[in-house]
Amino acid sequence: MKWLSDDNLDHLRTIARNPDFSATKYTFVKELGHGGMGTVYLAEDRELDRLVAIKVLNTPEITEDLRNRMVREAQIIARLEHPGIVPVHDVGVLPDGRVFYAMKYVRGSRLDEYAAQHSSLRDRLRKFQAACDAVAFAHAHGVIHRDLKPQNIMIGSFGEVLVLDWGVAKITKKPTTDYTNESVQSVDGSNTSAGTVIGTRDYMSPEQARGEVSQLDERADVYSLGAVLHFLLKDQSRPGKAAQAICAKAMASARDDRYSTASELSADIGRLLDAEPVSAYRENVIEKVGRWVGKNRFLVLLVLAYLLMRIFFIFTSRR
Amino acid sequence: MDPDTDIGGPLHRFPITNHSAIVDARSDDQLTRRRAFDTILTSYWKPAYKYIRLKWQADNEDAKDLTQGFFANAFEKNHFAGYDATKASFQTFLRTCLDGFVANERKAGHRLKRGGNMDHYQLDFATAENELAAHAAATDLTPEDYFHREWVRWMFTIAVDALRQRCEESGRKLHFQLFERYDLREDANVSYASLAEEFGLEPATVNNYLAAVRRDFRRVVLDKLREITATDEEFRAEARSLLGVDVK
Repeated sequence: MKWLSDDNLDHLRTIARNPDFSATKYTFVKELGHGGMGTVYLAEDRELDRLVAIKVLNTPEITEDLRNRMVREAQIIARLEHPGIVPVHDVGVLPDGRVFYAMKYVRGSRLDEYAAQHSSLRDRLRKFQAACDAVAFAHAHGVIHRDLKPQNIMIGSFGEVLVLDWGVAKITKKPTTDYTNESVQSVDGSNTSAGTVIGTRDYMSPEQARGEVSQLDERADVYSLGAVLHFLLKDQSRPGKAAQAICAKAMASARDDRYSTASELSADIGRLLDAEPVSAYRENVIEKVGRWVGKNRFLVLLVLAYLLMRIFFIFTSRR
Repeated sequence: MDPDTDIGGPLHRFPITNHSAIVDARSDDQLTRRRAFDTILTSYWKPAYKYIRLKWQADNEDAKDLTQGFFANAFEKNHFAGYDATKASFQTFLRTCLDGFVANERKAGHRLKRGGNMDHYQLDFATAENELAAHAAATDLTPEDYFHREWVRWMFTIAVDALRQRCEESGRKLHFQLFERYDLREDANVSYASLAEEFGLEPATVNNYLAAVRRDFRRVVLDKLREITATDEEFRAEARSLLGVDVK
């Protein structure tokens, strides 16, 4: 038996864990990262001569029927044409039985990395609102993401916001163009049976954490967005009561107490950014005045300056 | 990607392709238990021997006797049947048992004599000793880390050997030769192109052969792990530890 050096061991570890793309149109480039649900690799699409990100899921052996269903569902998600959505554009099965999704390879920073470098609350809220809008678009097309978290929101080189990793999304209703001839399905097929937990613990709604798959609707994503907002606010010294109230409403334990859609959440964030009253928080009179003053700071300063000048002239003219 | 994504339920089930020797070690059937024990012995004797040499500073003769004695005693008293997967990995359990055994032997001042009533196994101690002499343990490793690293090395060594056998039996000697030349190479200058030239193949054929044999290698490693773990959770944990990824 040959002695295996430490370098040999490292290499064997790598080849044992890297996916075998030999039966696909992709060529393995490198591993980008991994978690409990699967591993993301950078690969080259040989047919289209471009780089793609491929997520290989930990799934059991699948049947032909299930595979076909997954392909159809991936097609539905791929039709989500929105500038803020990085869709799944290919799905397949590796020779070892694992399922993979190919996605656009996005260059940029994850929201958690971005937040570490950009502390401005307004900037963070704008990015967050853009993510809400992308999710709202998907909801309007009957797709729930189910794994929203800062790590799945990318900020591109030009500041664009992209929601990615739709590989475990759930289709809640037929899309406008029905080409499936099937009733409600989920993209991960039979894996979403009751009791199955999909998502990330710190960002998943209580009903999702309990594995109540059939109960999941848009409000599960609203909860996750609230958790993302909480992440963005937690290092702010004065996030403001209205921002905290929006966060609390989005993350309400009872889903009836949450925003009913991501659009509503986005609208409240927009009002917060415009210094308008938000639906999640009832202000007292002092707070209303304070907000009005904050919003009209220039006007207030102008009036104050005018009054000061008038007082000065009155005072000097009497002497 | 972040490391905190979590998932549960049926998604993590995997097909059980092999019997678990750890489970079989509890069998009432003597033959089944014997086979299970042989599997455990094969998988652990070398890391155990090296660990005794390093941690307990035993000379080679003493370490041989302690290794033989530990496994003979474990089989005779059916120690491995007492393993509880909810408390620790089997690897940790075995190492803890080994420490207890050596400590007791030292305390009692025993010197296990070869050729007594004890079972003796045909183990290649000479090679293990040569490896120890040629490849000293890194000074920054704890004995426990050293045991784990040597176990990983031994697991991959066994897997490579099993792969060689599998390739020879299925008439794919060339596949294994390519694997040996490229994936077990010490020379960084070996490339797909140089292999293609050396073996008179197209580079694409080298690529395909290597992809196929690596797939087999992965399967061999996971099968081996399946044999020496007791539960799904332990299997996944060991696979994560050995390969750094979750497995189906």
